[in-house]
Amino acid sequence: MLDPAGEATRAAAGRLGVTGVTRLRIGKAIEVELEADDQASAQAQLELLSDRLLANPVIENWSLERLEQVSITAA
Amino acid sequence: MTVGIVVFPGSNCDRDVRWALEGCLEISTRFLWHEERDLSGLEAVVIPGGFSYGDYLRCGAIARFAPVLEEVKAFAERGGAVLGICNGFQVLTEMGLLPGALTRNEKLHFICEPAELTVQPGQCRWLQGYGADETVTFPIAHGEGRFQCESDQRKALEDGGQVVLRYRQNPNGSVADIAGITNAGGNVLGLMPHPERACDSQTGGADGRRLLASLLG
Repeated sequence: MLDPAGEATRAAAGRLGVTGVTRLRIGKAIEVELEADDQASAQAQLELLSDRLLANPVIENWSLERLEQVSITAA
Repeated sequence: MTVGIVVFPGSNCDRDVRWALEGCLEISTRFLWHEERDLSGLEAVVIPGGFSYGDYLRCGAIARFAPVLEEVKAFAERGGAVLGICNGFQVLTEMGLLPGALTRNEKLHFICEPAELTVQPGQCRWLQGYGADETVTFPIAHGEGRFQCESDQRKALEDGGQVVLRYRQNPNGSVADIAGITNAGGNVLGLMPHPERACDSQTGGADGRRLLASLLG
């Protein structure tokens, strides 16, 4: 997938003096909290959400990562 | 005849489209708020440019779920004439009425300038007022107008004569210089350039008039 913003940032890294960056991609990380009866159901709902709303599979790849413990602290 | 103009929170070309249709062409219009479902009495629907729902998540991604668009989708599938301009084109691809996607311009800049286009009207209902290979000038104004699609989708578009508008000088990195495509039925047109901003010769050209007037023919 083309990532012009990532490519521009990679070029800027070189201007900062960090010359060894061979790959830099910019995407989105989306945190979701979900209530479901069981893990399989949660997984199915999250896959539907990822594929049909959060990402556009024509131009974006996505993956799911489960965080066992999440703590959110107000700034 | 009456043309519906979809209005989302964040649309900003809805009034331009109304002015072009009513002020320049004497075609009556009706605004369709995003929560509306009544398309009765409409001959065509325009999804205008802007930043629907703030372009949150992705251009057109939230708009796709608007109640009015469920009706627009059914309207298009019945053969109704639907035109998506700029953000409207992005919405049409997110809805699946047109293939591909619009992504960030190759050089990352928002581009606002006149663009020369070559028209291949084919079966597109919106372009029957133009000759094959005719050159027209419409303004472009977008940051995310780089059309991309899978190579087999592109082949299908080319083979089906659905690539109806191409940039003469590609401004944004779109594959095959694509500026606008139509569906297989020719009733749905999506394009990044703004024909509604090219309807009055006093404001820089009137090449867009025939596109918007095509439904009167």
